[in-house]
Amino acid sequence: MSKREEKIYSPDVGWKDITHGGTITTAGNAELFLTGDWRSMKPVWLKDKCKQCLMCYYVCPDTAILIDENGKRIDFNYNHCKGCGICYKVCPFKAIDFVNEI
Amino acid sequence: MAIRERLSGNEAVAYAMKQINPDVVAAFPITPSTEIPQYFSAYVANGEVNTEFIPVESEHSAMSACIGAQAAGGRAMTATSANGLALMWEMLYIASGARLPIVMACVNRALSGPINIHNDHSDSMGARDSGWIQLYSESSQEAYDNMLMAHRIAEHPDVLLPVMVCQDGFITSHAIENIELLEDEKVKEFVGEYKPAHYLLNKENPIAIGPLDHFTHYFEHKRQQAEAMRNAKKVILEVADEFYKLTGRKYGYFEEYKTDDAEVCIVVLNSTAGTAKFVVDKMREEGKKVGLVKPRVFRPFPAPEIAGALARFKAVAVMDKADSFNAAGGPLFTEITSAVLAHGATGPKFINYIYGLGGRDVKADDIEFIYNKLLEIAAPGKVDSIYNYIGVRE
Repeated sequence: MSKREEKIYSPDVGWKDITHGGTITTAGNAELFLTGDWRSMKPVWLKDKCKQCLMCYYVCPDTAILIDENGKRIDFNYNHCKGCGICYKVCPFKAIDFVNEI
Repeated sequence: MAIRERLSGNEAVAYAMKQINPDVVAAFPITPSTEIPQYFSAYVANGEVNTEFIPVESEHSAMSACIGAQAAGGRAMTATSANGLALMWEMLYIASGARLPIVMACVNRALSGPINIHNDHSDSMGARDSGWIQLYSESSQEAYDNMLMAHRIAEHPDVLLPVMVCQDGFITSHAIENIELLEDEKVKEFVGEYKPAHYLLNKENPIAIGPLDHFTHYFEHKRQQAEAMRNAKKVILEVADEFYKLTGRKYGYFEEYKTDDAEVCIVVLNSTAGTAKFVVDKMREEGKKVGLVKPRVFRPFPAPEIAGALARFKAVAVMDKADSFNAAGGPLFTEITSAVLAHGATGPKFINYIYGLGGRDVKADDIEFIYNKLLEIAAPGKVDSIYNYIGVRE
């Protein structure tokens, strides 16, 4: 996404530059919408217990769990974690803890 | 050469829609606008238009279908009245908020309850803050002309707002009048092709319409929408100017009738202006300096222009065919008086008459009574009552 495109969807955009009626004219801009500040509970990845089964990756409704080039999950991207707790619930190995956001 | 015809207001609007040949018409029948989709569906059945006609199950669906069609990249039109317009309510705001230049024929009828099928302006006046441009029409000729200009205004890149063309139910919608029509090719050339910058069926540039719009962006979208309504003022005059060159028929924000040396003036919308012109002519013969201002454009509201036009009179009566139930005056009255105050005109005394609710006939005598009241106030007398009713039984 170009700098200009990032600007028209950013929270700083003025009314003269914003798109008509909120129409989104480029793909891939959900990344710019940071949902992490909705969170009141926080998942914590316990790397030692993780078997890399990737159940958490499939159930995450946002993009808070990403996998690297080797197909392994990496730590949470908290910018996109709303704290829904689904990953914590599905983890068969108790490799995800769920704690209060402080 | 223009075509001379005899058409009712509904026929004139349906004929304009035939000449425009939109991509989609989605409508649900409701008195007194029923004939518009009825005539139009005959054009569809006869193969005279290429339009996809959607006989929806409600007006909410009619407006929803128009929104979908327009967002997809087509030109969508509909017609409705009264409770049909009320049922569209939610979608009216979505059409304007999504900046979709849909065109609707609104055949004005009283809103229930109690149930009534006759003319007043409570339907479109209720939708006055829905973000739609509103054009009002005195006759079937004006309804036809406004329909032809509507897309040009709505689709202008500086505007992109839906337009509602209003006319009086039964009074003009069902009365057959002489009318001058344009040839099909001239309409086609004047209205032109609809070329949206972004649309859903454009596979080269996919878009999303109607996203969740929180406190971070909604205000900017509304500010931008408000600017579009301001821009519409300029575009309305440009389109009217082009239309004048094509037809010789002149349109502005409002029409002034015998106001040059007038001391008192009535402001009234739609067909009642015709009755008022008859009264003005009669009273002028008696040497009384009376005039008329008939607004055509209610949204955007031409506040400084109308304040400027009214500033020179001694007394002005604004006639409203809808009550605001605000204990302060009808919608046209409160808009006009606030415009006059905001733009610094202090001369005229203003009074308001609510008239003709639910299709109650307004007679030449009623209008003459109001002019005589104004002449008394201008004498100079005092205003004993600002917010009044005419034609209601006490």
